[in-house]
Amino acid sequence: MTFTNTTRTDVLVVGAGPAGIAAATAAAENGRQVIVLDDNVTAGGQIWRGATVGQPQHTDPHKQRALEKLERSGARVLAGRAVFNADASGMLQALQETASARFAEEFRFEQLVLATGARERFLPFPGWTLPGVFGAGGLQALVKSGYPIAGKRVIVAGTGPLLLAVAAHLAEDGAVVSSVLEQAPLALLAPFAASLLSHPAKLLQGARFRAGLWKTTYRTGCWVVEAIAAPGGEKLEALRMTDGSRTWIEPCDLLACGYHLVPNTELAALLGCKFSGSFVQVDNQQRTSVPNIFCAGEPTGIAGLDAALVQGEIAGRACAGRSDTSLQRRAAKERGFADRMEKAFALRSELQALPHPETIVCRCEDVRFDALQGHTGWTDAKLQTRCGMGPCQGRICGPAIEHLLGWRAVSVRQPLFPVPLEALCSQDETTDINKSNELIEEKA
Amino acid sequence: MPETVSLTINGARRQVARGTTVAAAMLLVQEPTRISVTGEPRAALCGMGICFECRAVVNGVAHRRTCQILCEQDMAVETNP
Repeated sequence: MTFTNTTRTDVLVVGAGPAGIAAATAAAENGRQVIVLDDNVTAGGQIWRGATVGQPQHTDPHKQRALEKLERSGARVLAGRAVFNADASGMLQALQETASARFAEEFRFEQLVLATGARERFLPFPGWTLPGVFGAGGLQALVKSGYPIAGKRVIVAGTGPLLLAVAAHLAEDGAVVSSVLEQAPLALLAPFAASLLSHPAKLLQGARFRAGLWKTTYRTGCWVVEAIAAPGGEKLEALRMTDGSRTWIEPCDLLACGYHLVPNTELAALLGCKFSGSFVQVDNQQRTSVPNIFCAGEPTGIAGLDAALVQGEIAGRACAGRSDTSLQRRAAKERGFADRMEKAFALRSELQALPHPETIVCRCEDVRFDALQGHTGWTDAKLQTRCGMGPCQGRICGPAIEHLLGWRAVSVRQPLFPVPLEALCSQDETTDINKSNELIEEKA
Repeated sequence: MPETVSLTINGARRQVARGTTVAAAMLLVQEPTRISVTGEPRAALCGMGICFECRAVVNGVAHRRTCQILCEQDMAVETNP
């Protein structure tokens, strides 16, 4: 495919969250020309997502400093770009979306840093497709995007350290957060909390979140089994929840429910990077198995903000041919945090029984759980049911099905996001459709 | 610059704070962003451009991810059929 609209740069960074910001800043400060692409409206990623409406109450001083440093470094941020194709020859294509137009752009790079972050893991349960049921980080993002939540009764549920942070932010914005349900048992959480003593900053952060929630019941070893609709069937009214032995109902207006995070690794897979389990394999300089392609942050292991920042800085310096052993030691310490987090918030097996036969698992194609029974794996199920073949391309149902049925996604191909044909055709008449449809197998 | 923008959502004129995404505006007025293939009303789920549940018709173009688009003056938004 030939594009008339091509931009050349030394270093291209995908993702303007903490890892991408750190990588871009370090590369630019070390003399490289840098462009950062991000799918969202503004830079910051998810953990540093800024409020786009009103006074930014939650402006984080660390984020402000990082963004100022990025700007001073000379790196250019291009927001509103969804990356849909790339190859290891140094080519990447993105769809630019504005309110009135969509068109494709091509970038040529010498080095690429993948800082694509993570998304929430969702597990299907009866009623989870009702309006009023959100991701945990999802609801927080929507509130920051202008959805007023004051006075609404909210229950936060799922698993992971994000839950308390989300509950605290929602309460600060005026929501009545009646319960926080963490599926992990106290027996696993307690050692995790104790281990934070080696990371004092994280302990302090946790305590601050808890302090803002003195009216909220925090239940460990509990989870939501059903979202109950009000008469009419189109609005959330209450939740049925359980501790594994008894169930009860609590009324609410909104549910914020997420089961920790899964890495966004589609682009790394498309580029042929080697994986270690679910994560992109990197060396101590954040180099992937593919020459000139680096990866930093959550795609290399769910380790949070501090790990993303240090890994990003290592990757950015490496793009300028520099290495720093003290940064590498810090990165190694943060990896220990990731391992402990994974153990503490491991999904309990009871969650595999959440969906009923009629529960929709694939929200794009409305594929029910019972339709997946009898299939041997993804390829078979896709062909027979269209599961995972809608616009999200299995990003939501894929991790859910991995937990429910143990199937792992087998291949990734471009376009990584749905791209309107006119966005491609408007570029150049020499567009070679056959070449763009080449199947690229994930080398897992 | 005015603090609010005015747009239509499923034909009704609405005022929202400047900086509001289209997905947040549709939640605010309790209009579904899309109708699923079996006819269920849906609204934004992930809030970060991944799930495609918030796709709606923006200025006549279907399947736009409304969580990634800010409301603009006189924009026309409709539930994705």
